[in-house]
Amino acid sequence: MSRVQSVDSVALLPAYLAAGTAVLALLVDLVLARRAATIVAAATGALATIVAAVAVGAGGERRTFCVGADCSYVFGGRAALVAGLVALLVLGVLALSGPLLRDGVTPVGEFCFLLACSMTGGVVLGAAGDLITLIVAVEALTLPLYILVGLRRGSLASAEAAVTFFVVSVVATTLTLLGAALLYAVTGSLHLERLGAILADRSELLDLPLTTVAVTLVLAGLAFKVAAVPFHAWAPATYDGAPLPVAAYLSTASKLGGVVALLAVVQHALPLSVAGPVLAVVAALTMTVGNLVALRQRRTVRLLAWSSVAQAGYILAPLGALALADVDARSAAYAAALAYAVFFVLLELAAFAGVVALRPAGADGGHLDDLRGAARRHPWVGAGLAFALIGLAGLPPGLAGLFAKVTVVRSLLGGDAAWLALLVALNAVIGLAYYLRFAALLYTPADSAPAGDAPAVPIRPARVVAAALAVATAIAVIVGFAPQLVLDLAGS
Amino acid sequence: MSLGEFLLVAVLAVPAFGALAVAAIPRDLPARVAGTVAAALTLVAALALAVDRSGTWTAYSATPPAVRPWHALDVAWVPGLDLRFHLGVDGISWPLVVLTALLTLLCCGYTCWRVPAGGSGRALVALLLVVEVGILGTFLALDLVLFFLFFEVVLLPMYAIIVGWGGDGTDPAAVAARRRAARKFALYTLFGSVLLLVGVYVVVAAAGTADIVALTGGTGLSRGTQLAAFTLLAVAFAVKSPLWPLHSWLPDAHTQAPTVGSVLLAGVLLKMGTYGLIRVAVGVAPEGARWAAPVLGVLAVAAILIGSLVCLAQTELKRLIAYSSVGHMGFVLLGIATLTATGIQAALIGNVAHGIITGLLFFLAGAIKDRAHTGALRELSGLRETAPRLSGLLAFAAVASLGLPGLAGFWGEAFAVVAAVEVGGTLWITLAVLAALGGALTAAYLLRLLRQVTHGRPSAAVAGLKPGLAGAELAAWAPLVLLALAVGLAPTLVLGVAEAPVTALVEVLR
Repeated sequence: MSRVQSVDSVALLPAYLAAGTAVLALLVDLVLARRAATIVAAATGALATIVAAVAVGAGGERRTFCVGADCSYVFGGRAALVAGLVALLVLGVLALSGPLLRDGVTPVGEFCFLLACSMTGGVVLGAAGDLITLIVAVEALTLPLYILVGLRRGSLASAEAAVTFFVVSVVATTLTLLGAALLYAVTGSLHLERLGAILADRSELLDLPLTTVAVTLVLAGLAFKVAAVPFHAWAPATYDGAPLPVAAYLSTASKLGGVVALLAVVQHALPLSVAGPVLAVVAALTMTVGNLVALRQRRTVRLLAWSSVAQAGYILAPLGALALADVDARSAAYAAALAYAVFFVLLELAAFAGVVALRPAGADGGHLDDLRGAARRHPWVGAGLAFALIGLAGLPPGLAGLFAKVTVVRSLLGGDAAWLALLVALNAVIGLAYYLRFAALLYTPADSAPAGDAPAVPIRPARVVAAALAVATAIAVIVGFAPQLVLDLAGS
Repeated sequence: MSLGEFLLVAVLAVPAFGALAVAAIPRDLPARVAGTVAAALTLVAALALAVDRSGTWTAYSATPPAVRPWHALDVAWVPGLDLRFHLGVDGISWPLVVLTALLTLLCCGYTCWRVPAGGSGRALVALLLVVEVGILGTFLALDLVLFFLFFEVVLLPMYAIIVGWGGDGTDPAAVAARRRAARKFALYTLFGSVLLLVGVYVVVAAAGTADIVALTGGTGLSRGTQLAAFTLLAVAFAVKSPLWPLHSWLPDAHTQAPTVGSVLLAGVLLKMGTYGLIRVAVGVAPEGARWAAPVLGVLAVAAILIGSLVCLAQTELKRLIAYSSVGHMGFVLLGIATLTATGIQAALIGNVAHGIITGLLFFLAGAIKDRAHTGALRELSGLRETAPRLSGLLAFAAVASLGLPGLAGFWGEAFAVVAAVEVGGTLWITLAVLAALGGALTAAYLLRLLRQVTHGRPSAAVAGLKPGLAGAELAAWAPLVLLALAVGLAPTLVLGVAEAPVTALVEVLR
């Protein structure tokens, strides 16, 4: 056995490219100091990352940083999906940031650099094979966001949001680290697959209270990242205080990261008899609380934030069936959770793109009433936003969202968790109530609003934002008619 | 691709592309005409489905399946979700397919002539066509998941029709009322369809297939699964049908919807529930159906009685007709609950008859409200003095609705009662007697309606009416009048095609 570890650089190519994008963005900003050039550099880097992820992912699974059979970096189909999707979302968020960056208040170079750094975390995350890599990747994904959330200079809400997010997130990371350390104390291993094997072989370890505590801590820490109830309270305040594109990133890429991390530890490492019931309760609470509170929201971004809390519940729901399920049903549950997450981030990005397009450049989400009649003034953008909302509610014509719900319900019933399936179904009805109110508001004639509400300056949706909305909608329509594409990728 | 497969695709594709075309044509009237042409072509394709029926081919095998479609199309769509694009038509679904295509055509044609206030005419026509796609797809689907998918398609376009073009007036109270009605409709219906989703996957998870042809008869499903599945599915369809006590969305939605919306809602949308009950709930979980039949029967008779009694106290024309649907659908559900060939036949013909007659009634009610600008029965009287033709048609429709022998409404109601008597036993005899009593009450409230609206001295609102009817109105109503007569005189129009599939279905129920 060679002393020098051989490193498979091909497997790492997407991560190199993502990290390179961050450096490139910083250098271009330093050397050229041109706004457009920096953004183009970052976008090109994100695009290259997507291409590399697809190309490497198509070539079968590659492992590197191995000790014996255990590898810290496993780039397979799922890693490629996650890496490609995160890079795609970064591209989308860059497009959404167009109007924000144009106003000159936000530093362009730093913005692009931080976003690319976060992308690097997301790209590595899908491939993480041990707990340390996983936690570092999640942190790399989250850390830049503390600054991005607070980037709206001179805004108290923005600063507050950043501090809330920072404090909560640091606590969450500590919990996860503590859990990981305790797991190491119990098993003597950090590699996910090895952990799973040890816990499966030596079932007496499961009876140790320490194991239960460790598992709970890891799950709780990661549940913060996906904003699952009862670890959700930071999300609405943070989303509402952050600039809109950053809120979009938080509720899509960052949430996807949390989901992927949870999936990784649950699928490979943690004992399901402990993790399953915990996740079932968390999922049930998350969707119910998220939906009920969303019913009462009057601010656009808060509504989207609470609804994304509820959506996290649907994502976690299939994992709740794990304790009882057999092997087939388990792999179906993982695939269902990931597939739902993919459908969700596409629609959520489209929804945020619609809101950004219909609001003045650089503005926050504002009140729901500010968007009254917007679809009558801007039929295409309004239709795109309405389509995304309907999709999030899970109804035709938003077939992507409908199939997402169907996937979850199917996996739950396949795994003998009928009560959770029924709960998901009933929550979909509550969800429709507010999504429908929002979507209908877009088409309500503005003249029935009290005078003086109408914006003084007519809003012209930025072209680049409209393009992002169009692309996201087009992808959502395509996967709506061919959901098997997503299901295949998620199941690989 | 055989002719049958082509027609099946055409029945769905023509209105779907018609809707796109209508949305793409910028000018209003040409767009509405294009939509009407698409609806007409759909009707032609739907009628052509009955040509060259090959439903008996499977009878050669030793155990023929209970569903023998005349034509079928089966293509894989999403294997990961057990979803196949499996369409088929047989004698149970064909009359409803034709009825849907006909009513949509009449509604589109009517919209060419008059667009209800509130929005653009072409958007309304496009939405009507999308609703048609959803309804036709539901009737044609032979895959449980596909059935669910089409079931959901109808929801939002219908919501938009009610909110966009419904109600009367633009004052805030009226706007709020119709928005409330539409929300109630959407949430109630979604509640039903999510239960349908869970029920569908309870079946699919247990049986490993979503093919309705393979599943009909309940083979391979344990008793527990069947009971759970039937409960979920029956509640889902009971919301849509609607069955008392889940009916409370119906009066509001039907009253607030524009005329064409009410016609489609009452005419065919409700049939998705009863059709689903026969094809999916009873077909897939017969053991559950036998277990729940008495409950279903009692609720159906409760719906008949309560619907009729509420109608006796109604003071608004459209609301009265809306509530009358609760009673009529009660008869249909009673027929299904008996689980006999007679009962299911009665349910099918009752479905079609209710679609024709109530469609006509809503058209007439819309015409009266458009002219008199009120729907309050108190303010309407003496219609036959000023508008004898309109009043005559209303009388015809009301008499058909109360089940006069020789008109379409008679067969479904009479034979639902007969079927209940045939089942025998104290419970079913009692139900039959009560249902017959409900039939008498139906006559009472419809005659009360006629007395108040057509007879007496012309009221202020009615006095100024012109006697004439527009050509478009006559064109929209004449087919329904003729069909009400034709189905009444020759029920075999419906029963002839339905007999074989119903017999096959009842055989597997035993």
